[in-house]
Amino acid sequence: MASVSRMTRFAVIAASVAVVAAACGGSSDDDKKGGSGDAGALSGRGPITLATGKDTSGNMQNLVNTWNQQHPKEQARIIELPEDADAQRQQMVQNAQTKSNAYSVLNLDVVWTAEFAANQWIAQLPKDQFDLTKFLPAATKTGEYRNNLYAAPWKTDAGLLYYNKDLLDKAGIKEAPKTWAEMQQDCAKVKGAKCYAGQFEKYEGLTVNFSEAVASAGGVVVDDSGKPNVNTPQAKQGLDFLVNGFKNGMIPKEAISYKEEESRRAFEKGDLVFYRQWPYAYALSSKEGDSKVVDKFGVAPLPGLNGPGAPTLGGHNLAISKFAPNKATALDFIKYLTSEQTERANLIASSEAPTLAALYDDAELQKKFPYLTTLKASLLNAKPRPQAVRYGDVTAAIQEAAYSALTGKATSDKALADLQNKLGQLITS
Amino acid sequence: MTTTTAEPGTVAPVKQKNKSDVQGSGRLAAVLLSPTFLVLALVVGYPIIDALRESMYQRSNGLDANGFVVKGDKFVGLKNYTDILTGDASHAFWNAFYNTTFFTVVGVLIETILGVAMALVMHQAFRGRGFVRASILVPWAIPTAVSALLWRWVFQADGVANAMIGHQVLWTTEGFHAKVAVLIADTWKTAPFVGLLVLAGLQLIPAEVYEAAKVDGAGTWYTFRKITLPLIKPVLLVAVLFRLLDVLRFFDLPFVLIGAHKDSVETLSMLAYDEASNLRYGPAAAYATILFVYVAVVAYAFVKLLGADIIGEARSRKKTAAKRAKKGPRAAREATA
Repeated sequence: MASVSRMTRFAVIAASVAVVAAACGGSSDDDKKGGSGDAGALSGRGPITLATGKDTSGNMQNLVNTWNQQHPKEQARIIELPEDADAQRQQMVQNAQTKSNAYSVLNLDVVWTAEFAANQWIAQLPKDQFDLTKFLPAATKTGEYRNNLYAAPWKTDAGLLYYNKDLLDKAGIKEAPKTWAEMQQDCAKVKGAKCYAGQFEKYEGLTVNFSEAVASAGGVVVDDSGKPNVNTPQAKQGLDFLVNGFKNGMIPKEAISYKEEESRRAFEKGDLVFYRQWPYAYALSSKEGDSKVVDKFGVAPLPGLNGPGAPTLGGHNLAISKFAPNKATALDFIKYLTSEQTERANLIASSEAPTLAALYDDAELQKKFPYLTTLKASLLNAKPRPQAVRYGDVTAAIQEAAYSALTGKATSDKALADLQNKLGQLITS
Repeated sequence: MTTTTAEPGTVAPVKQKNKSDVQGSGRLAAVLLSPTFLVLALVVGYPIIDALRESMYQRSNGLDANGFVVKGDKFVGLKNYTDILTGDASHAFWNAFYNTTFFTVVGVLIETILGVAMALVMHQAFRGRGFVRASILVPWAIPTAVSALLWRWVFQADGVANAMIGHQVLWTTEGFHAKVAVLIADTWKTAPFVGLLVLAGLQLIPAEVYEAAKVDGAGTWYTFRKITLPLIKPVLLVAVLFRLLDVLRFFDLPFVLIGAHKDSVETLSMLAYDEASNLRYGPAAAYATILFVYVAVVAYAFVKLLGADIIGEARSRKKTAAKRAKKGPRAAREATA
């Protein structure tokens, strides 16, 4: 026995961890059935589950409780996944690969639809059973793959321009800027604060901010037919707005390390005149406490090169796992969650933006959430991120290009040319 | 002396054991150990073999006419390996290989020096020693991901680190400072581990040895070099080996503290993770296998060159203990005489 060399023993113990990690996801003896995902197969009734990221709003359980009271034989149960989006995706993917029936309804980030649909992890939804005209068109689009509906729009999101009213008032500025040039002129009049920031750390937020800059200058990352077309003069103007911003000090240089929370802190300290942020920060910045801008800030649509900008669309959609039993119940549950009554209740309780257009025009709700009008205008103008089956690689490529341009490692010309090349390889449509 | 209190009773069983070994109870031992081997084969052997198999396959990523992914894995032989070592991905691989090696060499060196220093402090008799020992161990008790978040907070643009040096460094951006940030956080966390193990070694050194050295007129540094260091060497080598193996699969700290896809701190484990999370299990398994081989080579070289003979050490210690036990009664008598 002693002839078993020590080295092997150590090596085995040491590295097994690393290898195990890789092996866990593997061994996919996939069935070759494939075929077209026709929508007729949503049958079966009984208990279901809702797999969703950590519920930061605190209202999801209430929504499920209401459903459970009305459907004693078709109880729904929440399965809470981690708060981190990548970790949520990973758990859902792992469940799909083992064909587990643990999750019935999946709460998907808008950028995951293509990947989940193309891998046939989610079932196609019957378009005719949803009144899609009532939803915001851009939000509906994020639930589609190849013109078929795979996920129903549930919550939506779009970037807004937050501005420090106090600083603008002192400089005698009455109105939020509509273009980048106006914004820079405004900043020149304001003393004692940095001009603009967003989220420029190398993560999904950078993809969002880059896409917004490009779209606000009239460019696209991926065109309507799904072909990458980012090496254009318009896209360059958009990227240069950020690159020059960093160079000439319009954007503070620490913004390269900002995620949502860092930028919110800087704004709440009064360090920024303008910044780009999701609507969620509205409620937080209005809370007494650390925020020094309570009642002293406002929101406006994002500015652009020659007029209002085009925000990037965020949000979540609901899909049905292909491997779940009781798909008919799951479909009813999704209809319930996306109904006007539920979305209204959820908006009031959690201030999360709904996907039904009518709610934005409701006078009562507008009184409670003054930014709804602005948000609707932004949402109607919002652009989705690329709908790619290999979205993880696509967003990594976008982040690489934008980050190297913003940090001066590459010129914007080279960054965009490289990105176009890379996206061409990744997006096969 | 405390080591030589052996009574005749303890000598006899040692002898018996030796004798019965000769009689060939090895087969019985094998039978008794077989459940353990079975479990090891399942939880260690199988995943390794499966990962090796997986690393020879690639997932097809084409789409059919309806836009669905064409399913099925394709056997590609060693292509995943050649792609990593010489293909488009080779730049990322060699960069990660360099980073991993850099963190291992520099990190373990700093941790070892600081760890030994900590152990020497903890070993001194002074008031509040228990408190110092406990507080030094706190970092080791904090989960790495949590400590990475703590350090992220320290290293943010308006964080404590910048306030202390009075100069704005953007620690989490690309550049050498990102490596420094990771090294600081890693040292903070793991030097106590080295310290703890070395402290255990220090406590085994009898005070008489130091007294004798003092009588002979040896200075502090000389005593440390000629007595302390050689006597804690076996323990120190174990500590260093554990740290080496740990840092070679470095993942959580750079991933949480600095972030994914940053060339300055990307390690081999992070590359494997990235491939796996993008559903490319073949290349991910290939990365993991390369890392496995690298770890094995380093461990082997370390054991061979420095004689960190952990299992052998235990074996020979048992032998000398048995010998000492035999001599015990006489030595004890001499000591009392």
